[in-house]
Amino acid sequence: MMQMTGAQLMVRLLERQGVRTVAGIPGGAILPFYDALSGSEHIHHVLARHEQGAGFIAQGMARVSGVPQVCIASSGPGATNLVTAIADACLDSIPMVVITGQVPQAMIGTDAFQEVDIYGITVPITKHNFLVRSAQELLEVVPEAFRIAMSGRPGPVLIDVPKDVQNQLVTVAEFPAPAVADPAPQLDLEAVELAAKMINEAERPVLYLGGGVVASGAAPLAVQLAEQAGLPTTMTLMALGAMPMDHPLSIGMLGMHGARYTNFVLEEADVLVCVGARFDDRAIGRAAQFCPNAKIVHIDIDRSELHKIKSAHVAIHANVKCALEALLPRVQATLRKRWLSHVDSLKTRFPMQFPGQDDPRTHYGLIHAVAAALDDRAIVATDVGQHQMWVAQAYPFRRARQWLTSGGLGTMGFGLPTAIGAALAEPDRTVVCFTGDGSFKMNIQELATLAEEGLNVKIVLMNNNALGLVYQQQTLFYGQRLFASKYRTEPDFVKIAEGFGVAAVDLDLADNPRAALAEALHRPGPCLIHVTIDREQFVYPMVPPGAANTEMIGG
Amino acid sequence: MIEQVSDPLPQAGYAKVVLELDVNNHPGVMSHICNLFARRAFNVEGILCMPVSDGRRSRIWLLVFDDQRLEQMVRQLEKLEDVLNVRRHGAEHEVFERLEGFFH
Repeated sequence: MMQMTGAQLMVRLLERQGVRTVAGIPGGAILPFYDALSGSEHIHHVLARHEQGAGFIAQGMARVSGVPQVCIASSGPGATNLVTAIADACLDSIPMVVITGQVPQAMIGTDAFQEVDIYGITVPITKHNFLVRSAQELLEVVPEAFRIAMSGRPGPVLIDVPKDVQNQLVTVAEFPAPAVADPAPQLDLEAVELAAKMINEAERPVLYLGGGVVASGAAPLAVQLAEQAGLPTTMTLMALGAMPMDHPLSIGMLGMHGARYTNFVLEEADVLVCVGARFDDRAIGRAAQFCPNAKIVHIDIDRSELHKIKSAHVAIHANVKCALEALLPRVQATLRKRWLSHVDSLKTRFPMQFPGQDDPRTHYGLIHAVAAALDDRAIVATDVGQHQMWVAQAYPFRRARQWLTSGGLGTMGFGLPTAIGAALAEPDRTVVCFTGDGSFKMNIQELATLAEEGLNVKIVLMNNNALGLVYQQQTLFYGQRLFASKYRTEPDFVKIAEGFGVAAVDLDLADNPRAALAEALHRPGPCLIHVTIDREQFVYPMVPPGAANTEMIGG
Repeated sequence: MIEQVSDPLPQAGYAKVVLELDVNNHPGVMSHICNLFARRAFNVEGILCMPVSDGRRSRIWLLVFDDQRLEQMVRQLEKLEDVLNVRRHGAEHEVFERLEGFFH
């Protein structure tokens, strides 16, 4: 029998779960937990500068490791500051366990100092959440939170722990076993047979990969399926890297900013094999006109995604990896020469265009120069906006979990803390964070965290002193009435970085920007790389919001 | 420019359905369930909840319209950790009928 406080028990349960790095900010209602955490020999605590930063640091660790990661905040504003990072994890299916302090139970509901109903607030943005009523409950709740976060379709789970529960003494006879993921759902082999038959009989099939392929570690199997059945393969924003961008069967990213030929290939498909994707509106455009002639095979771990947007002819509720393993031996090896040569001709006629790619002072040129200076081991994170779409279009991703971006929620401010998390999880890799000046300012305080941890994060700041994607939409769709999209003052980002103790390079002033860039990328430790870009450069092609994917403009 | 916002579905005119849910009994379960319906402007016509047996579980009865989104709603309900299972009954189920006396 062991006696300990609820806080000590939480720390022990995290240690037993294998948690080695957590991110957070202490405050009144979580101090008992922090006191217990200070005694841990196994857990490294990273002190963020804003709770949203802590949330995204945990996300960064989770996105590269695939294992649930932990962030911590106090009650009230500490907890509400985590909300955006939790919602982001929920929409992108990222496993995360969020621990918040709460006012003592006797004060709950009295509008106590720093009291907020974070349980109620996070109901719609978590996979599940808990308000713990006794230290004894922690024995069940903590492993449950991890199990839920990692089982099925991963997602965030919140544990709200009142201060008195953290201080309460509990007698523990035996620790619960660390949580493991639930077994995959039973595979419907009849449906798999049917899917194989549809693929084998198809004339113009297309494989459509989503984030579920990355989450289930099925990228090599997806590539194998494409090669075996001769399937041109498109990827969603979340799946970039699942198939190498330069693979002969890759037709790149689909959707709002996909290449023209990609959306044209989809238009002609007679069978669409959707694996771990969810027919998001940014990916498919107007739903009724997406793949109008295709029969759909839809494989997803989340049953509520099947038939949600598009009715599937064959719907398989399964772990993607298990489904692909079963599908592979049933799919005939096919060269599919006619369809693939037609796909190639579309690619030649309507290719992705990268104007300025040889000039490292243009957006595409800069991305190409960064990619040329690094190898496939590098991790690439982005913020949200024009730079994000340009990187998605132009960076040669070649492996799963190489690419970290805020897909579903589209959170500006995601990039820097997520890159910090990625570097904490994989300290031997170079982590590049592409950002824009609008996004960067939204979590710029995490430069302090970065300097303190001394991580190998290179921030590539594409500065047009504007909210570029807003500027673009106002120009294209709102009669050029530019409002609230240009900044009237411009901060000195180089000075800011240096003020935080982060080295900085201004490529605007470099005689040889390519060499200066390579040197900055290869020098160990954090660095800000600043580049001014042209505000009049837009992301093309673009499907206007609400239009069909074939109604692209530009590009 | 047309954004993809669908009009709220008129629910009157659809047949009613009774859903029977077995759930864990703790404060918060109702908010998880009601949130799902409210978010989608899916009207819950009637709701009834009582603990069963030893009090660790509850049973919730919902009276809803059988519109085209119901299947999706049921799948979303089944995803909730605290919802153990969902059964569908026709509107003729007597649970709400027998309560009507309290509402007239």
